[in-house]
Amino acid sequence: MAALVTALAACGGDPATTEGTASGGGGNTIKVGLLHSLSGTMAISEVTVRDAELLAIEEINKAGGVLGKQLEPVVEDGASDWPTFAEKANKLIAQDKVATVFGGWTSASRKAMLPVFEKRKALLWYPVQYEGLESSPYIFYTGATTNQQIIPGLDYLKEQGKKKIFLVGSDYVFPRTANKIIKAYAAANGMEILGEEYTPLGHTEYSTLTNKVVQAKPDAVFNTLNGDSNVAFFKQLKSAGVTAESMPVLSVSVAEEEVTGIGIDNIVGHPVAWNYYQTTENPANTKFVEAFKAKYGAAKVTSDPMEAGYNSVYLWAEAVKKAGTVEVEAVKKAAGGIALERPEGLVTIDGETQHMYKTARIGIIQPDGLIKEVWNSGEPIKPDPFLKTYPWAGGLAS
Amino acid sequence: MEGFLNQLPIGLSIGAVLLLIALGLTFTFGQMGVINMAHGEFIMAGAYTAFLLQDLAGRSAVLVALPVAFVVAGLMGLVLERAAIRHFYGRPLDTLLLTWGVSLVLQQLARDLFGAPNVQVLSPTWLQGAIGPMPYNRLFILALAVGSVVAIWLYMNRSAQGRRMQAVMQNRQLAATSGINTGRVDQRTFFIGSGLAGIAGVALTLIGPVGPTLGTYYIVDAFLVVVAGGLGQLRGAVIAAAALGLLNSYAEFWTNASLAKVIVFAAIIAFLQFRPQGLFVLRSRALT
Repeated sequence: MAALVTALAACGGDPATTEGTASGGGGNTIKVGLLHSLSGTMAISEVTVRDAELLAIEEINKAGGVLGKQLEPVVEDGASDWPTFAEKANKLIAQDKVATVFGGWTSASRKAMLPVFEKRKALLWYPVQYEGLESSPYIFYTGATTNQQIIPGLDYLKEQGKKKIFLVGSDYVFPRTANKIIKAYAAANGMEILGEEYTPLGHTEYSTLTNKVVQAKPDAVFNTLNGDSNVAFFKQLKSAGVTAESMPVLSVSVAEEEVTGIGIDNIVGHPVAWNYYQTTENPANTKFVEAFKAKYGAAKVTSDPMEAGYNSVYLWAEAVKKAGTVEVEAVKKAAGGIALERPEGLVTIDGETQHMYKTARIGIIQPDGLIKEVWNSGEPIKPDPFLKTYPWAGGLAS
Repeated sequence: MEGFLNQLPIGLSIGAVLLLIALGLTFTFGQMGVINMAHGEFIMAGAYTAFLLQDLAGRSAVLVALPVAFVVAGLMGLVLERAAIRHFYGRPLDTLLLTWGVSLVLQQLARDLFGAPNVQVLSPTWLQGAIGPMPYNRLFILALAVGSVVAIWLYMNRSAQGRRMQAVMQNRQLAATSGINTGRVDQRTFFIGSGLAGIAGVALTLIGPVGPTLGTYYIVDAFLVVVAGGLGQLRGAVIAAAALGLLNSYAEFWTNASLAKVIVFAAIIAFLQFRPQGLFVLRSRALT
């Protein structure tokens, strides 16, 4: 895979422009790239992140732009296809000469783009929670890493007295890595893992899996399913008689955006782990939710990855202002330590890992489809993508 | 042990879903030889019909939607057949590419009309609950599959139209020389095949996602059932769907979902080595 991506990177652009990265356009605008899946299976999630990023660009432009220049978004479609992400990233950097790129959702798309950004020394802002164990010098990770979402989720289950856990996930890198961490945590915290099941992405037949879960009688299920599988899983779990009271299912990839599609009836009362909810109370969020609804329609909801995408643009703009240039190395240097009040609360860039300090929040899905916070970590958690500060996690990073 | 026993009805209900999504294909692929990649999108059209009818019919939309979705998806199929496919009869590869393109267009159309996120279709309150491991909505799908098979069998064997359809399928030239308007029969076959996809779409709202990419999740399974059952063979499709459902159910119970998929595919490949024509073979003296 890496070889393929490198090959694409090597033949994708005009070789003469290879060194000319991040000029961002010489005129009165600064070009920025937005690279998400606007078609294919991931479009369901990624389109909304692009919308949130466009909103941030519009707001920044209204307030006078960055360094006296207006931001000009260049939107590309990754088409839910990982080599396409690499190819389009290459195009944005080499041909459009964007100052930075905001993009990606799945870990597979990030891993496909990573070598392109490292080779061309360009910047990517990646807005989705992920499995950790990565720290590229050319990526800023604005979603949660594992110690800001999965571990707090486990802390919450432990607090609730849930000792027997069943793991259900989609069959790819994020759920498998997440479950490795969960098993190590469980071993160190006296929890028992009753089963660990994976289904292919896009799987829709969950009757057998439901039977296995019901027979194992766990206290709770830890759900790392992604995409449309969540709809089938929750519908079939509900019709088998499983409720949030009898067996709570904690999800880490179900946000406000997905709840209606799953059917509120089918998921009401189940817990989720994120860093942001539409209902999170602070002035920055009120403003964000109002602006988003005004631009895209009153029925729209805001979710954690959308908020992280929205933040990415602001954090980059702040770093550019501090650096006084869009030049990548200067922006990277300036970014460390930048702290902004965002809809989720205070977000600080950790210069060392290029991850964010974020507050972990556990929420319960309400009958109106929104998520109500029931627990939070109290303060922003320092990002620890390699889980170096957790003694039980030794050996996971290798 | 209880888990093991539960897998039996679960396997049959998986088979019912497979049968429902494949029934339409036994017409369009099985009888007409059209590799219709847009079949999944007709399923999607059925699901969205149920979604739209919710405003009128509330929670019982699923029932009202069954006949409406049959007509909606059927008409979509008819338009596709008249506008494009009929120009490509006898050219399976071209049809495959054509209908694949149509399926992409329809997916994007759904995305533009209904938005990229999945939509909510509430299931009727009287379908909530379960007998043992069998939820009522699964029993409903099982009944719907059985009902559809009976209706198709009656149509094919007891009505004049159905017999004409069989005649065209067995020997097109001879049917044409006997005075059967084969073009008309093709239209009707495509209408019914596509309409059945619409019915499957309504049923799937009870257990799966309702979104623009819904069809892509089912299209491969649908073709598997038709290929394993034998082209154009109703009883082949029924037996293949039940067998694949049970195999899937137990393979996943003993291993896991990813491996179960591998086992099912491997079993079908092995089976086709012995019976390349599928379970049942249509015998015909037509010069094709």
